[in-house]
Amino acid sequence: MSGSASLSISKIALVGNPNCGKTALFNQLTGNRQKVANYAGVTVERKEGSFITSANKKITLIDLPGAYSLKATSIDEAVTRDICMGTYNNESLPDALICVIDATNLRLHLRFALEICRLKRPMLIALNMSDIAKKRDINIDLPKLESILGVSVIPTIGTQKNGTKKLLKNIDTAFKIPTININDQTDLHVEVRKLLLECVHTPPNNTFQLDEKIDHWVLHPIIGPIILLVLLFIMFQAVFSWAQPFMNGIQDLTAWLGKIIADFLPEGTLRSLIIDGIFAGVGTTFAFLPQILILFLWILFLEESGYLPRAAFLLDRIMALVGLNGRSFIPLLSSFACAIPGIMATRTIPSARDRLVTIIIAPLMTCSARLPVYTLLISAFIPHRSIGILFNLQGLILFGLYLLGIVSAFFVALLLKKRKDSYNNTLLLELPSYRFPSIRNILFGLWQRVEIFVNRVGTIILTVSILLWVLSSFPKPPAGATGSAIDWSFAGIIGHWIQPFFTPIGFNWEICVALILGLAAREVAVTSLATVYSIAGVDSDAPGQLVHFLSTQWSLATGLSFLAWYVFAPQCFSTLAVIRKETASWKMVIITTCYLFFMAYFASFITWHITSFFS
Amino acid sequence: MSILNLSMLSLGKTSIVDHVEEVLLPDPIADRLRDLGFVPGERVKVIAFGPFGSNPIAVQIGSTRFALRRSEAARVILSSGS
Repeated sequence: MSGSASLSISKIALVGNPNCGKTALFNQLTGNRQKVANYAGVTVERKEGSFITSANKKITLIDLPGAYSLKATSIDEAVTRDICMGTYNNESLPDALICVIDATNLRLHLRFALEICRLKRPMLIALNMSDIAKKRDINIDLPKLESILGVSVIPTIGTQKNGTKKLLKNIDTAFKIPTININDQTDLHVEVRKLLLECVHTPPNNTFQLDEKIDHWVLHPIIGPIILLVLLFIMFQAVFSWAQPFMNGIQDLTAWLGKIIADFLPEGTLRSLIIDGIFAGVGTTFAFLPQILILFLWILFLEESGYLPRAAFLLDRIMALVGLNGRSFIPLLSSFACAIPGIMATRTIPSARDRLVTIIIAPLMTCSARLPVYTLLISAFIPHRSIGILFNLQGLILFGLYLLGIVSAFFVALLLKKRKDSYNNTLLLELPSYRFPSIRNILFGLWQRVEIFVNRVGTIILTVSILLWVLSSFPKPPAGATGSAIDWSFAGIIGHWIQPFFTPIGFNWEICVALILGLAAREVAVTSLATVYSIAGVDSDAPGQLVHFLSTQWSLATGLSFLAWYVFAPQCFSTLAVIRKETASWKMVIITTCYLFFMAYFASFITWHITSFFS
Repeated sequence: MSILNLSMLSLGKTSIVDHVEEVLLPDPIADRLRDLGFVPGERVKVIAFGPFGSNPIAVQIGSTRFALRRSEAARVILSSGS
């Protein structure tokens, strides 16, 4: 049965409980050779990578979604179950399984490992976080465990360089078909208890004192919510103030590069395309990379440390007031980065209705693509003034805009709430042990964001910038024409054509151009303003000039009205596409588009009229 | 003494799980509770109450902590005399 040498293995799947450190292990084994896609038919992320074994064999590794049990309660657990059993369409049965378990939480994780053993497939167990277990004096008799289960158990450390060395060294020979005799009738908990009794020695006082101490404050009914608010508040302040020096650096660099290229190229259409089109557009967007990275740094930090489920615990009852679930907090928080991964993350919500509502309100969480627009307009219209030692007015306004999005989301959820609130839906959320976030994992996560961002700038934003340049440069004004050239261009014509619809909310035709192009990517609104105005006669190689230009050319009412619009910003094709895919319903797409549009129009209308009245 | 369930346990108190009760048939929440380790004989401790209406609650079972709503906790029947 256990003749390991005869097994030919080229495709391996990683399985394990949520919070077992599976993804860190996956990252470490595969390095940068990863492909992220979706499973056919469902938007559950399918992560694939590869590595070379010491016997020089190439192995394809798949990271399966975390699961507590093969008795699935959510879509992603169902994917894990189906792949492990070989019943998933379009995905062949993996040749072998690596079951990852957390050495500090064996009671829970061994049960799932036994379920995997019951499949009688070639497998091995990666005993992850073995370093922490050692520190806590958890003594595990590996040879005994291996002989009872009949599979190899290999210690790993997902968060440390070389933490998978032993696994890699043995992977060619370690896969075996488990020999432990368990069937469908076996009570797995009884088996786990037997295993723990025979193979594991834990110190008598094995409650993790650190967890207990931290949770005493973090889950405290009064201190807990205060900590949560402070964390979120610092996050928004940081995005605004820490990023500034880096943004200035990037802006100086693009300006300098643009100048060199401008000197090098002869006057003419090509120079205009490169300087006014590409540099004004792509350069402007690039300056926002530091803010996006700081935002992600916070989200990754909260995620890695184990804090996020605690926030879900604190917020569950409030979210239930509007018919949501504490679990919705995690997808909604990632929607602050981008609604697309946020909407995809809703798949961990077991209740179909809660999930749908979360999807509908996810676009109201201010995504990072709106940040450039906020930053531009806040810098142009809100004075840079300190309030107390800690805060500045611009950061406070930014916080306020995020808050407005959140409040609106609650309002929308409340409207969608069913009359009777039973509060009977399931929460059932694990509060994992606190961990000091691994620098490796955070850097890895940030690097992935840089890649996505650069990719986006290099494709969508570059294309739209060029399109914008074409629209705003052609046709050229006829000889002897009066007014500026942009008025004669396609952009000018289109802008003027739709402007009447937006006049009641104080938008000028340049904003209308920005809104249309913002459909492809929200941050392009900044690019289009830069381009439209640079062609209208301002040399804008530094966005600082755009800020200055807007603050002198636009009325305060127009500036604020545009800000209000962007709190709701209905225009983002990718979000609508992902809603269509996730809900398999055009109705949801239409509902989302319409309600966002009306809220945006309404908010801008009110903002414009109130500000006009007072100024 | 009436039957005690996990949703009645006061803050900081420890008890022993007797069994998980089905409210519906089938009851996926009850199944999941058992899979997560709410099985006869396990010690369970209430470590926190939610800030609003003391709901949800956080409990520790073995070395794992879970947040659950009181309606879920009510499925976990505790053994009397503990």
